[in-house]
Amino acid sequence: MRPDALLHPARQGLYCPPGDFYIDPVRPVERALITHGHADHARAGHGAVMATQRTLDIMAIRYGEDFAGSVQPARFGETLKLNGVGVAFHPAGHVLGSAQIAVEKDGTRIVVSGDYKRRPDPTAEHFELAKCDVFITEATFGLPVFNHPDAATEIGKLLSSLGQFPDRTHLVGAYALGKAQRVIRLLRDSGYDRPIHIHGSLQRLCDYYQSEGIELGELRPATLAEGAKNAGRDFAGEIVLGPPSAFNSPWVRRFSDPLIAFASGWMQVRQRAKQRGVELPLVISDHCDWNELTASIRDTGAAEVWVTHGREEGLVRWCEVNQIRAKPLKIVGYEDENE
Amino acid sequence: MKAFATLLERLVLTPSRNRKMEIIRAYCASRPDPDRGYAIGAITGDLKLKSVQPSLLRELMTQRIDAELFRLSYDYVGDLAETISLLWGPAETAEAPPSLYAVVRTLSEASKSDAPAILSGLLDAMDVSSRYALIKLATGGLRIGVSARLAKQALAEFGNVGIEEIEELWHGLEPPYSGLFAWLDGSGAKPVAAGRAPFRPVMLSNAIEERELEDITPADFLAEWKWDGIRIQLVSDRGKRRIYSRTGEDISPAFPDLVEAMAFEGTFDGELLVRSPLSEPLAIRTFSDLQQRLNRKTVPKGMLSSHPAFARLYDCLFDAENDMREESLERRRKVLEEILDRLPAERFDLSPEVPFTGIDDLREKRANPPHPVIEGLMLKRRQSTYRSGRPRGLWYKWKRDPMVIDAVLMYAQRGHGKRSGYYSDFTFGAWRDGETGMELVPVGKAYFGFTDAELKQLDKYVRENTTERFGPVRSVAAGMDGGLVLEIAFEGINRSNRHKSGVAMRFPRISRIRWDKPAAEADRLEALEALIGD
Repeated sequence: MRPDALLHPARQGLYCPPGDFYIDPVRPVERALITHGHADHARAGHGAVMATQRTLDIMAIRYGEDFAGSVQPARFGETLKLNGVGVAFHPAGHVLGSAQIAVEKDGTRIVVSGDYKRRPDPTAEHFELAKCDVFITEATFGLPVFNHPDAATEIGKLLSSLGQFPDRTHLVGAYALGKAQRVIRLLRDSGYDRPIHIHGSLQRLCDYYQSEGIELGELRPATLAEGAKNAGRDFAGEIVLGPPSAFNSPWVRRFSDPLIAFASGWMQVRQRAKQRGVELPLVISDHCDWNELTASIRDTGAAEVWVTHGREEGLVRWCEVNQIRAKPLKIVGYEDENE
Repeated sequence: MKAFATLLERLVLTPSRNRKMEIIRAYCASRPDPDRGYAIGAITGDLKLKSVQPSLLRELMTQRIDAELFRLSYDYVGDLAETISLLWGPAETAEAPPSLYAVVRTLSEASKSDAPAILSGLLDAMDVSSRYALIKLATGGLRIGVSARLAKQALAEFGNVGIEEIEELWHGLEPPYSGLFAWLDGSGAKPVAAGRAPFRPVMLSNAIEERELEDITPADFLAEWKWDGIRIQLVSDRGKRRIYSRTGEDISPAFPDLVEAMAFEGTFDGELLVRSPLSEPLAIRTFSDLQQRLNRKTVPKGMLSSHPAFARLYDCLFDAENDMREESLERRRKVLEEILDRLPAERFDLSPEVPFTGIDDLREKRANPPHPVIEGLMLKRRQSTYRSGRPRGLWYKWKRDPMVIDAVLMYAQRGHGKRSGYYSDFTFGAWRDGETGMELVPVGKAYFGFTDAELKQLDKYVRENTTERFGPVRSVAAGMDGGLVLEIAFEGINRSNRHKSGVAMRFPRISRIRWDKPAAEADRLEALEALIGD
């Protein structure tokens, strides 16, 4: 079967005509397969949703129990049939529950990577390589300037800054799903055992990670008692985690001389850090860096690569130079910034 | 090199001025000579290396990576030094990276033909942030948001000495400043201001307060006009001539015409102005004409004749080698007057005394200055000696009341540090006729003048009236039928080609929030144009 007859971009997202389903659709559809719980991939309002149990749990936490008409959990490694199309979920290592989705019919196998990373991370199931004919890869960090350093080294920077500025609140920007829990866990694995303070929007997902057996240690809400007099002097020398959007809100005013840190692969480019007013960039990413993206393309053995959301041109160019057939796949609606 | 790289990285990312100073101070305290001296020289711009051209760097890079991938990367990152430092590849860490001193020596000794290989070798041995620092050093011009003045201030704090002392010494010194550091460390004597034509720390005035005005009598005080130019110190010392800014920066290269006319021996204090062409009678031009001549390395010939430099002098620190600073102001002016008799009148004159009978007379004069380039009065105690810094009670400035307009809030931007979380930088506009009726055109930006309580109100207003967001900037609802009027006070206004409105305000601040005034009644652009003093 021709690959683009098996999967192709449509207005709502990536569509499989023989199976009559979409993968990570950006608008409500009848049947959706979801790779992971980030909001731009997992939206509410579909008829039927198939995803890993953890992704379904995360969607229920974010959107409420009735986020879809019906749900069907997919187990890693198990192949299911949808209108004669084989569908299998493989761990993607991006966030808890994240999956790549393999789609197969008449001997043609396409793997949709979703978002993925290949480094060990105790807060996500480890990436599993899935061989295929066509690999649809994300390209968030699809330029050779991105070489993510070791995450533990980056956490070391945060801890040494805390030692150097013991009176400043260290406000760490981290997205609520995945990055926040990973940063907390990295801190714990580096021996930091003080309570960590979290913005209210992180609470339920942190609770969920802990209920799934991922130890995060003692977390406390980063809130003041009603009418507290010491606003602006609280949390000195503490680590406070919050979504980056909260840093633009009045929420940050309660902290003592805040030092803004941000955990993201984007922090590798210091102009970007500066533009965002980040004083302490922490290059901690939930995606592959350039070398990992290109290695993955080779490892899948794919004869053809479709590149989506991110810097498609860079990865397509690399494929050209290395004589692998490649094209950018323009799917509207995925956000780069959720990292 | 690693420590220098970390220094640059932290300076780039730290918004607070005090904290930048603390970072430099801590660096000087922890690094050995000569590294710390070269680092300071790199920041102040006094460390001059044979510069490497960006084209050489590009060429080196395209030998290592596909040209198209390089182009895409550069396009994304936007800064050549950063792009190359990220793309160069893993550091070959077999050897420890060279010290800053070793790098400076290697770069300054490299011949043109060796430069590519030497640069490659250095880049190979370094990690990403050290490469960034290396490339900035090699191409010249760090552009990290730290002025030479700030670096000197950090040095003063490091050694617990006055900034004036550092400024006075600076021009006799060169990187790596070993003698200076020995003094600041407390292990050596204060360096002697070597070299000819040194800078002398200047005497500054205080803004006068209403209750101090009653002390101002013609017997005790001399009044002069306060000219709207830039404060300079002219030094001519046995053939060496220099023009310094008030912070000791040598700005002589931008004013060769004035330097040429400095046929005297001594050190004088005065105001740098731009005058009419020499063929015409003397007429002082506006500050915006003076701006044409500032911050230039070389001056086009045409500009020397169309915008000649002129110095209006008001003090004498040295008459030849005689230190006059312990003499009274009256005595110093007398000497200055005699010297001026021998100098070309088309380049120099004496800032004239403004006679007055009492404070009411002075008030009257201040309100009606005889020239548009006057920004107020200077009041100086006749018996005062010349004291560096800002001593109290000796020199006062009494500025004209600021100009004021009513403008409409258009955009707000988030602040940093203590103001993080607040929209604290405000862009405001004035009305003009557009194609489809009246429209607002931005005329300036202000981020102070309001109280903390007013900041909270403004922040709340911005959040509740946002129409669009662009990163840290919000666009605020503003039109004929609604918008917030801000009363803006400012010190002057010039024509400007770089601004859409064609005008640029000096020192604008928010003097009042006009919650009561309808936006449609704010000022028109024409009202601002009418205030331009040319």
